[in-house]
Amino acid sequence: MNSTTEKLFIKGNEVMCEAAVRAGCGFFAGYPITPQNEVPEYMSWRLPEAGGVFLQAESEIAAINMLFGAAATGTRCMTSSSSPGISLKQEGISYIAGAELPCVIANIQRGGPGLGNIRGAQGDYFQATKGGGHGDYRLIVLAPATCQELWQLTMNAFDYADYYRNPVLILGDGILGQMTEPVKPIPYKPIVELPEKDWILNGCKGRKPRVIRTLFLHPSDALTQHNQHLQEKYQKIHQELKLVEQVNTEDAKLVVTAYGSTARIAKGAIQMARRKGMKVGLIRPIALWPFPDQAYLSALGTAKKILVCEMSQGQMIEDVRLACQCKCPVEFFGYGGGWYPTPEKIFDRIQAVYEE
Amino acid sequence: MIKPINDNEIKIIIAGFGGQGVVLAGNVIAKAAMLEDKNVTLMVSYGAEMRGGTANSTVVISHTEVASPYVEIPDIAVILNRPSLDRFEPVMATGGILVLNTSLVNRSVKRSDLKAAAIEATDIARQLGAIRSANMVALGALAEATGLLKPDSLIQTVRDMFEEKKPQFVEINIRALRAGMEAVHV
Repeated sequence: MNSTTEKLFIKGNEVMCEAAVRAGCGFFAGYPITPQNEVPEYMSWRLPEAGGVFLQAESEIAAINMLFGAAATGTRCMTSSSSPGISLKQEGISYIAGAELPCVIANIQRGGPGLGNIRGAQGDYFQATKGGGHGDYRLIVLAPATCQELWQLTMNAFDYADYYRNPVLILGDGILGQMTEPVKPIPYKPIVELPEKDWILNGCKGRKPRVIRTLFLHPSDALTQHNQHLQEKYQKIHQELKLVEQVNTEDAKLVVTAYGSTARIAKGAIQMARRKGMKVGLIRPIALWPFPDQAYLSALGTAKKILVCEMSQGQMIEDVRLACQCKCPVEFFGYGGGWYPTPEKIFDRIQAVYEE
Repeated sequence: MIKPINDNEIKIIIAGFGGQGVVLAGNVIAKAAMLEDKNVTLMVSYGAEMRGGTANSTVVISHTEVASPYVEIPDIAVILNRPSLDRFEPVMATGGILVLNTSLVNRSVKRSDLKAAAIEATDIARQLGAIRSANMVALGALAEATGLLKPDSLIQTVRDMFEEKKPQFVEINIRALRAGMEAVHV
């Protein structure tokens, strides 16, 4: 063993799996779809090896409903898919959110709409952050930009899920899932003190039966009460979770903002701009819900303009506009369908916007 | 030796037909760079590739954090067959470097700004009795021609990768790397 073999050199998809296993994931159900196929493949041997259960479901819908059951037992559990498969899971996700069950769902996004293509994309932002399924619910949405961050956020995702009793979505994309880079395998350590799971269904011998449900018919205001309770929880999450990275925003006249793979590429563009003496910074939301609104408002002290970059036709830009409260122009650069930005392309747009 | 123009961040593509070991070659380059404590990413073409078509893997080696693992304009291309030259020659960075497997590339380079290193990788591998190690011959040539990676890092990487599960491939791959280093024409 030499010093660098301590680092792992595995694909993003596999980084996520290994981190999940080490965070105590005990159940995985999934169904193959490019570009996340390495996830069920890796889990199929690794999870049983670690004492967990892997199940290749007959469909994405089956997989998410298996998670519904596994989560109800208090087992840390996970499923993953890519865009079209995540659409199929939406009904189950709504049920899990309604029942307040912790679980981790990964979406390694590809081009859409429809079957789209198999290149990385970021066209599922609306679906991820605004609902996706029916009813008033929220997912905690995490958007890692590097394999190292994917490692950490996957572990954190299980903690957030348990702590808030809420499903957590890891929103990656085909670039992150398919890329390989060195990862330091930092051991799992809970980031919050985890509450006892006093709600799980594990056999009621010797105690009162518990019920986990999403149907609230009686009394007539039961569902409204339940929704109120959910909203209070979401507000708490909104206040507590502020996950954002800011680079060179202190004196930035132009703030570029992007998440996930696009953000790491944008970082390269910002370095190019700084080398030319341009005052450009970056706001990178690490959580997309709750969205780090405050970071934008603070940046507006110096920033005259915001440039949003996405591998989509423009989705996060709506949240950026809301966060900026119409106090500055918000420009957009991006395309959907598997288009990839490069630092050079983003830099060109920075130059155009900066000088206007 | 032909040095890459931009040595802060070097984008490399390894291209050939499916089965020539472009994925393994990409892995070896990337892990050797990791061994040298450089920032590195690897991305392999996936999905819509055809049997007999071209396959490629891309490696980015950088002194700072790698911005994009996806390579549109390579600085260096390791070209293992003719269709790969046809596909990637036009998109190479100005002044880029080609490492050509002249056993299977039967034309010369058209662009005058590109620098080329020639290696008869497939023939040399065949003479070594392991035609499948042509990829390693080409990597040896790449290291020798560009100084991108230390020969020792490549050799160590091959040892680390094969020692445990396929020890019978360690020596032949190292011999192939060395043969490439010796035989490359710049």
